[in-house]
This record gives sequence, C-alpha cells and structure tokens, in this order.
Amino acid sequence: MAVSDPTRGFERAPDRVETGIRAPVQIWVLGLVLLTMPAFASDFVIFQIMGWTFILGMIALSLTFLAGYGGMVSLVQMSVAAMAGYMVAIFGESAIETISQGWPWYVAIPLALIVAMIFGTLSGWLAVRTEGIYTIMITLALASAFFYFTRQNYVIFNGFTGFNGVLPPALFGVDWRGPQAFYYLTLFWAVVCYLAVLYVSRAPFGLALQGVRDNARRMAALGFNVTAHRVAAYTVSALIAGIGGILLTWQSAQISPGTAGIGPVIDILVIAVIGGMRHPIGPFIGAFIYVLLKTFALDALVAVGLSGERFQLLIGLGFLLIVFFSPDGILGLWQKLRESGQRDPLRDGGEGPR
Amino acid sequence: MSLAESVTERLHRTGTANALELRGVSKMFGALAALTDITLTVRPGERRAVLGSNGAGKTTLFNCVTGDFPATTGTISFFGEDVTAFPAHERIRRGLRRTYQISLLFSGLSVLDNIYLACCGVSRSRFSFLRPRRDDALMASAERLLAVVHLEDARDTLVSALSYGQQRQLEIAMALAGAPRFILFDEPAAGLSPTERRDLIEILQGLPGHMGFIIIEHDMDVALRVSESVTMMHNGRIFKEGKPAEIEDDEEVQALYLGDGHG
Repeated sequence: MAVSDPTRGFERAPDRVETGIRAPVQIWVLGLVLLTMPAFASDFVIFQIMGWTFILGMIALSLTFLAGYGGMVSLVQMSVAAMAGYMVAIFGESAIETISQGWPWYVAIPLALIVAMIFGTLSGWLAVRTEGIYTIMITLALASAFFYFTRQNYVIFNGFTGFNGVLPPALFGVDWRGPQAFYYLTLFWAVVCYLAVLYVSRAPFGLALQGVRDNARRMAALGFNVTAHRVAAYTVSALIAGIGGILLTWQSAQISPGTAGIGPVIDILVIAVIGGMRHPIGPFIGAFIYVLLKTFALDALVAVGLSGERFQLLIGLGFLLIVFFSPDGILGLWQKLRESGQRDPLRDGGEGPR
Repeated sequence: MSLAESVTERLHRTGTANALELRGVSKMFGALAALTDITLTVRPGERRAVLGSNGAGKTTLFNCVTGDFPATTGTISFFGEDVTAFPAHERIRRGLRRTYQISLLFSGLSVLDNIYLACCGVSRSRFSFLRPRRDDALMASAERLLAVVHLEDARDTLVSALSYGQQRQLEIAMALAGAPRFILFDEPAAGLSPTERRDLIEILQGLPGHMGFIIIEHDMDVALRVSESVTMMHNGRIFKEGKPAEIEDDEEVQALYLGDGHG
C-alpha cells in the first residue's frame, strides 16, 4: 500500500503548487533557458539528457494524470508507450522491411496513437474494477505480459530483436533526429502535454476525475458513471504515453522488448514519485533527476573506485531518500522548504524540540 | 407527431405514476436484515418524513432507493419506470437526488466547484475537456444554487474550510442541481444551530411544489413542519404511516420513539 499512498489525500494541493510555479519570473527564466539551450549546451546534453528527460517526463506525466488526479496507480504506461513505438515501426518504415508496411507518416503515426489508446483503454477497463494495490498488480501483470509477448512473437513484433532504423519523417526538409531539431521536437510535445494536463484538470472531465479519486460513491450519486470516467482517464493518459513512446523510439531509432521490460516499467513509477504527483511539472523534474543519475552515476561510482555496474544502487538510494523525507516527491520537499522559510520563528518556535 | 406523442405519453406516465414505488424491498447484510419487506408509495410532489430510532433502516432505505447499495429483493420504480437494476448514476440522471447524513463533499475543491460538479453530473458535458467559459450555462446555474442556500460569500472557499452548517447547506445545493424530480434528504438538520435550522426549513418549504421529497429527521419540529405525511420505521420494517398529527399523537409511536424515560 505504501506505494499508492503518495497519491492519496493530497486534495487540492495542485493549485497551491501551481501558484508557486506560476510566479512569472521563474517561468520566464525557465522558458528562456529551455528555448536557448541548444545555443550553449553540447549536442550530448540537448539530445541525450534533455531529449530523454522530456520523453520520460511525458510517459511519467501520463501516470501522474492517472495517479495524481485519478488515484489509479498504473504500471502499464511504459507498455502503452512501447506499443505506440512498435506500431510506428510496423506501420511506418524500419530496417525490418519484411514486417514494416512503409506507410506514410500521416497514416502510421495516427494509427500508432490509436492502437496505443485502444491498448490503454482495454488495460484500464480491466484495471478500474480494482483498487489500490490490486490496480498495481493487475497493471504490472499486463506490462509483463506485453514484455513477454513482444519477445516471443516474431510475426508482428519481431521477437527479441524488435525493430531498428525507425526514423522520424524528414518533414519540411528537417532531419528531426538531428540534436537541435530533436530537442525542439521533444520540448514542443512535452510542453503541449504539460499544458493539456494543466488545462483539463480544471475542465469538467478533470474536476470529475479528482472527484472520483476523492469519493467515487458520491460521484455516482451526482450522476457520474464512475467506471466510464476512470476508463476514459486511461484513454487520455494512453495518448500522452503514446506520444512519448513514439519520440522514444525515434530517439534511439529502435524499439525492442527491453524498452518496456519490467525495469523501465518500474522506472516510470519511480520518476513520477520522485518528482511528485501534485502537479504536472513533477514528472519532468523526476525524469531530469533520473536521467542525470542514469547517465552519470556510473562515472561517479568508477571515480570513487566502485564498480560502475552498481549505478542502479544510487538510483534506488536516491528514490529511498526522497520518499523517506518527502512522500510527495521533490514538489513536496520544495513546498516544505517554502513553508519553513515563511514560518514565523516567534510564533512557531515553542511548538517542540528543535 | 411522434415527438408530441412521446411527450404526452411521458406526461401521462409521470402524471399518473407514483414518484416512488417500493414493493417488497429487503436488504440483507450477510445474515442481518437491515430492511424487511418494505412497501411504500410516494406521490409526485408529496413531502414525506421518515422517522425511527437509530438502526431502524432509514438510511439503508435511501441507499437502496438511490442504488448506493442494491436491494436484495423487491422492486423499486421511479415515476413508473422500474429502476431496480439501474446503477446509481442512471437513477440520478432520471431526476432522483439525495443528500448524505455525513456530508460527502469534495473537501479539496471550492464551494462553487462542488456545485458545478453536481451540475455537470446530470448534464451532457460531464465528459467535457473544455474549461467552462464565462457565460457557461452550467456555471450560471451553479451560481444560482449558491444563492438558494445562502452561500454566496463562501463561493471560492475550499470546502474543508467551511463550517459544519455551511457544509450541510452545500449538500442541499448539490442535491438541487439539474432538474430534480424527487429528493431524499438524510438528516439535513443534524448538528445545525437554531438559526440554521430556520434557514433549512425555509429552503425546504421554498422548493417548487412539483418537487417531492423524503426527509429523514430526528428533529420532530423540522420533520413535521416540512412534511405532509409520515412513515415510521422500526427494526427495518414500516411500523406506521399517517398524517403528522396522527403520528404525533399515536401512543405506540410515542412509546417507541421517545422511549419510556420520556413517557
């Protein structure tokens, strides 16, 4: 149960954080840095670090949407993303010409997203009948089934090897896999997904989703079909995960069963929890930390004379520390710091031992 | 032509059918019978009080009518339509509403958002991905309901910051969302101050005449002032039905309801 706890009972916290993050100065500075980054950062930073951050952030955002707003912790999001990636490879072009259909991008991409949404919806349809830890179990079962199926099916998914040579279309004559173009491509979609979640959270659908999270029985007594609403949330989140999955496939130019192995599936949960589920910015913060650790932990460990293979240990420790000190992730930690900074020492000083 | 027909048909149906008709409704929780063989009819526009001691099955009766828990046996029809097999949200969409004894509100949302959600639930835009615009019809009706229960000043307050009495008023506003045809009030006056009780009686008496309701209320003063008929429940059964005055003077009822200590 501990895993699902961070998502429960944070009530209307999203808005409190929102007001903090919406401070104009911070958002302008962040926007300026992100927009001009290719001018001063190396190709490795913008393609590998930032591009990957935006992609993993989007996939984790799809989980934040479900878990933070809907109270449903789904471990199937990475599989949904991988499904979209597979479909782009199968409907579009790849090096595996015997399977890939080679259809133009404007057919292959929408089709891939639709298949991913159907997959997400069906997963949701199975999962919404359960609560808490059982939702986690059933979605984990779906994720492992997807992993083993793609590994063993050679007719459609090309088994263990998967697909390589999956490239973005050269639209407007731009090589979208070039570091700068890819950076702006991922940044654009990350911002679109982020703003969409922020917007929908205050629209009837999003409000009702939060209502379902807080009190499903009451929502039924207001005329809402709680099951349908939950399933629809899975569909929406599958669209976000699907966009992330297609970009992920383009980034590495390949998709294979390992993309949605049990490790990456759990990593999405870790990213979402590290960042914090109070606000759609959380998963992107979590993804940034995760990518930094994943990229540099190895070198850091080797530098202090430890075996580089243990980089997962650092990630695990970081996860443990953050969850231990702040169940609401980095966002919660930040909130706590802000509040303690504003505290009046005269009034609050006598409350307990320091 | 067919549209006109269906309208007259419907008028005919709703005109003659009872607002609520329960036949042989029972509810078992394992071996415990919470309701036994309840048969009850309420006419459209009728205002009925349900009295009874704790554990008499009043709230369970509400839960079976709204579909929060399905009845174990028996049939329930709402304006002539058999709703026994319907899930709660389908019954609500047909014009049934309820309030809860212990306020079930969305504490993380503002007062207006709570009412707005209630308005969305019974409208087609419950799945809308678009934020309400300034001239949104649902938002306007939410604002109107805000005024009905005198919560204009608390419009943007988070529900968790409301007083108990205000939360009870909000419950009522949410039950009035959309076009209710029949409402179940579960102890709306519990825990209210005398002033708030006066307001509550005013709100209930001010409801449009076609809007019938059943009210569960321990406070006889409130119950008998807003209702024209009374059903007395005891141990999951209907014990007595009649006009308020009859019930008030009934010796058996007095013995049961007030207990020997008051006798």
